[in-house]
Amino acid sequence: MTRIVVEQKVLKENDRLAAGLRARFRDAGVFCLNLISSPGAGKTTLLERTLEGFPAGERVAVLTGDIQTENDARRLACFGFPVRQITTGGTCHLEARMVERALADWRLEDLELLFIENVGNLVCPSSYDLGEALKVVLLSVPEGDDKPLKYPAIFHKAELLVLNKLDLLPYTPFDLERARAHARRIHPGMEILEVSCTTGAGLNTWRQWLKERREAARREAALTR
Amino acid sequence: MHELSLAQTLLETVEAEARRRPGAHVVTVGVRVGELSGVDPEALSFSFEALVADTALAPLALAIERCPRRHRCPRCDFSFAATDSDFACPRCGSTPTPCVGGDELELTFLEVEEP
Repeated sequence: MTRIVVEQKVLKENDRLAAGLRARFRDAGVFCLNLISSPGAGKTTLLERTLEGFPAGERVAVLTGDIQTENDARRLACFGFPVRQITTGGTCHLEARMVERALADWRLEDLELLFIENVGNLVCPSSYDLGEALKVVLLSVPEGDDKPLKYPAIFHKAELLVLNKLDLLPYTPFDLERARAHARRIHPGMEILEVSCTTGAGLNTWRQWLKERREAARREAALTR
Repeated sequence: MHELSLAQTLLETVEAEARRRPGAHVVTVGVRVGELSGVDPEALSFSFEALVADTALAPLALAIERCPRRHRCPRCDFSFAATDSDFACPRCGSTPTPCVGGDELELTFLEVEEP
């Protein structure tokens, strides 16, 4: 019996494609965010609120992933920015090759900001790098404040936590302080924003965060060029 | 449940490796699965077993090494496996401690019988 040492990542091919995408985003000056949450936490609604706040001509686009239907792309397309649906046909997450294919005929040079809305799922999307600058995880109040402890992988890997549906706090046992503490136990120093896409509370802070991170990414790209 | 597609990727890598060694028979595949990898080791085993059954590689065992979440203390540099309830440094009590490992998903080794 011979033991052959291999030591390679199982997702080596996905990681290779993601690295290629990351380099293309960097070269074209595109700041890319990968939005991840369970189904129904409000990813599409957050994007609607975000897109409606942008002036016409803003260089923003969205790729939105779902197992079936073009519903989300239809919801998002009415703001006049490029939107493309990726239907995975059963796969519970997006992979780098799907993003690469969806971007094939887009000119990245025309964009500055790209949102990738992942398939609603708190587990599987955490394993797949899509070439994004960073991952954002959404958690909504009705889901409960213990989700960071139950799904540590995504809370560990995401740089920002957006707590959504704050308007529902009076109707559930959700404890905001506990949710923050759970998230920071998994990910010390994690950035947390609290919003309600229904009332609009906190959305200005989210827009400000986006603006600052875009500028920081732009400065960083200028330095490495 | 993405373990089935991961098992498929794993199997393709093993098949490629096996083609490079004609006559050799792969007996065991070693993988490392971190607690933060988002992968359920049991679902991976189950999927792998189901896929292997239809190939020339059967029977083929999957040996899974589970890796805990690892933290490193910023104050005393002690590295430790964190449990669910406690991420404080077991040596000096410092908290919080940053996570430095546990998201592994790697093919580590193949055990082969060569002619």
